[in-house]
Amino acid sequence: MHFNLFVIPFTAGMAILIALLAFRYVKWLGNLEAGELKKIGVNIFTIKTANALREVFLECLIHRKVFKNNLLLGYMHMSLAFGWFLLIVVGKFETFFYTGKLANEFYYPVFFRFFEQNPHKSGMLLYFNAIMDVILLIVLSGIIVAILRRFRPRITGMKKNTKHSLGDRLALSTLWLIFPFRLLAESATAGYCGNGSIITQPFGNFMAIALPVQQLSIVFWWMYSLSLGIFLIAIPFSRYMHIPTEILLILLRNWGLKTNESFTGFSEIEIQSCSRCGLCIDTCQMNSQGQNCTAQMVYFLRDYRYNQLMPDMTDNCLLCGKCDITCPVGISLTKQRVIQRIKSTYEQPEGFRYLPANQNVETAEVIYFAGCMSHLSPTISRSMEKIFKAAKVNYIFLDKDESVCCGRPLKLSGQFRAAKKLVENNRRKILSTGAKILITSCPICYKSFKEDYQLKIRVLHHSEYLDGLILLKRIAVRNSGKKVVYHDPCELGRGSDVYTQPRHLLSCFADLQTISQEKENSLCCGGSLGNLSMNPDERCEIQNATAKFLNESDPDIIATACPMCKKSIAQFSDAPVHDIAELVADNLEISVFNHKSFKHQKKQEMIEIVCNI
Amino acid sequence: MINNIIVKDWGYFILKGRQIDFENNDFSISKFVLKHEPSFKWCIGCGSCTATCSAAWLTDFNPRKINLLIQRGETIDLAEEVAKCMLCGKCQLVCPRGINTRNVIQNIKRALISSHAL
Repeated sequence: MHFNLFVIPFTAGMAILIALLAFRYVKWLGNLEAGELKKIGVNIFTIKTANALREVFLECLIHRKVFKNNLLLGYMHMSLAFGWFLLIVVGKFETFFYTGKLANEFYYPVFFRFFEQNPHKSGMLLYFNAIMDVILLIVLSGIIVAILRRFRPRITGMKKNTKHSLGDRLALSTLWLIFPFRLLAESATAGYCGNGSIITQPFGNFMAIALPVQQLSIVFWWMYSLSLGIFLIAIPFSRYMHIPTEILLILLRNWGLKTNESFTGFSEIEIQSCSRCGLCIDTCQMNSQGQNCTAQMVYFLRDYRYNQLMPDMTDNCLLCGKCDITCPVGISLTKQRVIQRIKSTYEQPEGFRYLPANQNVETAEVIYFAGCMSHLSPTISRSMEKIFKAAKVNYIFLDKDESVCCGRPLKLSGQFRAAKKLVENNRRKILSTGAKILITSCPICYKSFKEDYQLKIRVLHHSEYLDGLILLKRIAVRNSGKKVVYHDPCELGRGSDVYTQPRHLLSCFADLQTISQEKENSLCCGGSLGNLSMNPDERCEIQNATAKFLNESDPDIIATACPMCKKSIAQFSDAPVHDIAELVADNLEISVFNHKSFKHQKKQEMIEIVCNI
Repeated sequence: MINNIIVKDWGYFILKGRQIDFENNDFSISKFVLKHEPSFKWCIGCGSCTATCSAAWLTDFNPRKINLLIQRGETIDLAEEVAKCMLCGKCQLVCPRGINTRNVIQNIKRALISSHAL
């Protein structure tokens, strides 16, 4: 039996941690909905579990996504996580080889060098000892980076660190202390009994020159155990809760669970998986282009965890989705923010009784829905009508006069039930036309039609549709030779994954330039309807900065595919800002229509071709 | 009353007195909205919001009037009125004063819950 009083802090810490974790996990998993539990049951014994474990290894230990962000930051996370993991695993093997027993005292591998003080002259243990020393050195190097970047975040490619709460700082300090104390304890022990290895032995010998290492070693072992114990107890109350929870999150996510429109046990697990790494602070335009560095997702999730969430915090987000792309844990951040808005809003679905009930809409093959914002930029809808006529499309302009909002703005403000009323109304109207294709000029409407309306018909954004018309040679455009920069609207790009069609369309008639931040890294125009509480000056700052960025390469035209982006950027842009539809309409080649080949095909077939683009 | 009917037939009529009763009017909603959305007080009552409003196309809805009434402390039927808003944000885009109109509506709703004025 190996025992010394100093093992008590560590053992007690571990016991408390396990008890707290068990209590919380039972609570969260108990909040899962029946459908979610069924999904777990279906997927648990499939390849998905293996994929999840692979992801756990790559993300929780190696931190692949952090590496993609910055090499040194990745190394720091990897050396701490994977290094510590190796210390545990190799330590376990070492004790197994030494004692020949699989089961030893729980704390035995942790304090192995204290309990086994006889120097190993040869054999496997010599190698084990050396490996353990090297791993410890790697972990320590990670801690040095961690300490340095607290003072100079730039060395790891970050502009701002997360501002941590007191609890987090305490946990952070004890984490930093664990490994230096382990080094000191092992070295001091090696100093008087010679059981060290390549690093601890020379260091121990050096200490032994001037210090009473035998007496000191017991102090260091105590400090090592204490810092371990405090850290373990601090885990459930600090950001380090992410260490155990992220593993669970990855498993559940691979089994098909995701955060949808209500807050479930899974959403709770997602929130608790935030490591407060702070990568979302730099990527947030409210910080990088404005002055707001207190409303980012890391602080939003922290406030939620500690029950301090205020409506002003929940509302202050553009929902542009840049943080969703950056988050190394892969939390569905913007969805979480929208769900929290449900609590701080007041729904009045009964208010929409005025919506026109019996609509007699004419029938057509194609519906054009401009969207509210397009009505404030009517050149877009006029251009679309011009193109429809040129391509001889049988269309109706659904929201020409009585435009009813698609419902997404309400949804983004947390009013799901109210939004449903608008959705139902528009859906009925759309289906009553018997159309096969629904085209919209507004990316907000587009996302809403695709995700909330459950339409059986094809939904296209006008950039996709126009690209299709050109591919099918139903319209032709002449090359304008102008230098064009394309701005990806958030809802169309990150929101709906439409990146290639607008670019292909633009390259048909203009010289499309590539810019440094585009596609999923594109900037938000600042006009987003996602942010309810941002003050007008801040909004202008972001709009100005984005416009300046797009003007950097001095283009002839800035093209975009969203009326809101167009309005926001145009206010501050030197180059003229146009919607893609306007540009197509301007460069339309009326004479070159290939109507002959078109006439041979039945209209129905034509629609199918367009649908399959 | 009789007067009203008669003059209506003449094509014009005399409006009732529009004095603001500072003694009895309820300014709690106005205060709440101003606290959470200070841009609310920049309103010059130009009516651009009402002119562009999607809901106003379909029903009797007047955001400018709502703002005016709240600032005067006259908040009768407010819940019924703000319920008509679709939060589409057109008013925000056209507002010449750059008022965060959507947040004004959102905060009127919040004020209504907090003051139990429903």
